[in-house]
Amino acid sequence: MNGVIPLATDAPAIAISDISRDFITGGQPIRVLHNIDLDVQAGELTYLVGESGSGKTTLISIIAGILYPTEGEVNVFGTDIYGLNDRSLVEFRLNTIGFIFQQYNLIPTIDAASNAAVPLIAQGVDRLEATERATELLDRLNMADHARKLPSQLSGGQQQRVAIARALVHEPRLVVCDEPTAALDARSGRRVMDLLRDVGVAEDRSVIIVTHDNRVFDLADRILVMEDGRITHDGTEMPDHQS
Amino acid sequence: MIWIAIRMLTGDRQKFYGLVFGIAFSTLLITQQLTIFINLLERGATAVYGISTADVWVMDPVTRSQDVVYPMPSTALDQVRSVPGVSWAVPHFRAGAAVRTEEGDLEGVTVVGVDDSTLIGLPRKMIEGDVSALSRPDSVFVDGVGSQRLFPPGKDPIGSRLELNDQRAVVRGIVDVDPSFTSQVVLYTRYSNALNYVPGTRNRMSFVLARSDNGLTPNELAERIEKRTGLKARTRDEFAQDGIDFIIENTGIPINFGITVALGFIVGIAIVGLTFSLFIRDNIKQFGALKAIGVHNGKIRAMVAVQAGLVGLIGYGLGTLMATAFIASGAANSADFKGFYTPWQIPVITLIAIAVIIAITGWLALRTVLKTEPAAVFR
Repeated sequence: MNGVIPLATDAPAIAISDISRDFITGGQPIRVLHNIDLDVQAGELTYLVGESGSGKTTLISIIAGILYPTEGEVNVFGTDIYGLNDRSLVEFRLNTIGFIFQQYNLIPTIDAASNAAVPLIAQGVDRLEATERATELLDRLNMADHARKLPSQLSGGQQQRVAIARALVHEPRLVVCDEPTAALDARSGRRVMDLLRDVGVAEDRSVIIVTHDNRVFDLADRILVMEDGRITHDGTEMPDHQS
Repeated sequence: MIWIAIRMLTGDRQKFYGLVFGIAFSTLLITQQLTIFINLLERGATAVYGISTADVWVMDPVTRSQDVVYPMPSTALDQVRSVPGVSWAVPHFRAGAAVRTEEGDLEGVTVVGVDDSTLIGLPRKMIEGDVSALSRPDSVFVDGVGSQRLFPPGKDPIGSRLELNDQRAVVRGIVDVDPSFTSQVVLYTRYSNALNYVPGTRNRMSFVLARSDNGLTPNELAERIEKRTGLKARTRDEFAQDGIDFIIENTGIPINFGITVALGFIVGIAIVGLTFSLFIRDNIKQFGALKAIGVHNGKIRAMVAVQAGLVGLIGYGLGTLMATAFIASGAANSADFKGFYTPWQIPVITLIAIAVIIAITGWLALRTVLKTEPAAVFR
């Protein structure tokens, strides 16, 4: 893993200052994020909550280093990620951030263990070693019996666990999740969140989750509510009128 | 990542087979059509290369090829023989005629008259019969095409009688020679017989075949004959090329085959391009996820290149195999395809065409992948 950027140990997991983002629609710039400031500490499980169009997906994309902000600065564990060149930013994502997508986005033609091993393989780890490490993680997620199955042979909850394994296998310090429980029933959803807390959150690690699944709100350390491109609530619980 | 790219490709069997089929079909079409084209062109030179002993072909200045001949007076033979440096010179006759078979069928043939005493002008190999049999009265030899076309299936041509210009001809041998460009039946007989079999004008001699003395190159001899006699003299290679050029200039074959080869190329691009773009579209979320996770564009390029290259390699191999089998089977089982072969240049040309198809379709697919923003996976 050449070119790994050293991360500060005492810096916040996420430090955002004065972030704005415009999209061009019909030739006109539309501002979807308005001057957001935010700090997220390591060891926190943070929910980003809001209605569709509130800007939470845009914000998490910017935090994850896959969407440039129009204005402002984003520091992840002390690194100004948009100050990096393109290649370094890609390397940074590969080594520091784990992704969980709403649609899982597993590769349908390779088995669960190989899917979970993708970040390690991308880092250049030998495929067999990567698959072995992924299988061990799948075992921790009670997926050992399904490691050789293709995604199409797994239920939605099982696929989500494979996606979690893929997000965590390379031990990233920040995990970003987009609606990880949207396609799951209440029980599976809570299990997924428990897993994320158990495996993803640590002293030097953080998990940030976009969700509007009110069945799991009680599992968060911190809840940020977004409305019209602004953070309107920051607390350990949902505001009464929205919960 | 290369392993993942290969698994992504081969795991979707329907599209994988579609891609391989597209390339294989293009390869087959391009290779097979180019092979037939080249072999047909070379048939314009069959008659010349069939007579290996003659270095120089002498003819009337207006004669254009073996089959477009303006006959010369018989004195031309003596003129050529009198040129210093000529080791030997013999008359050669070549003209079209109609033959009537024992069954009463009429067939157009080419009658070739070879030198009565030396039999120079006769193909070297015999399939059946002996060369000496041509010295017997009314003897003719037929080629492989004639042995199938002039006689009913199962009948041995040897001993059969044919009728040419109210004259009797008896088949006493089958010669081993590649068919001509038109695949017309060729009858070989002695020069004196040929004059009787084909009615004609006062001048009858089609060519004089000559060989140079030691120390004189065919080019030098041809030049010398032209200077001394006023006739046209061509070396064997030059006259063979004249036959090929005549076909190129006077038939629609290059255009027709060119169109088919172009179609093979276009069909390849269409099938492969469409299937590859469908494959990429089906996997665009996965590619987007890979980009978000941290797979940089260089690796994505390598993945798509490997996928396109693998499909190209397998498809090209299969297509070449099919084309070779087709040509080999045709050459072994059909008189019309006798002697067909695939020159090494054709697989190379096809490989270049396939590489272009792969490069174009791969590039189009890659553009889609590279244009995909990693952030799209969160939408």
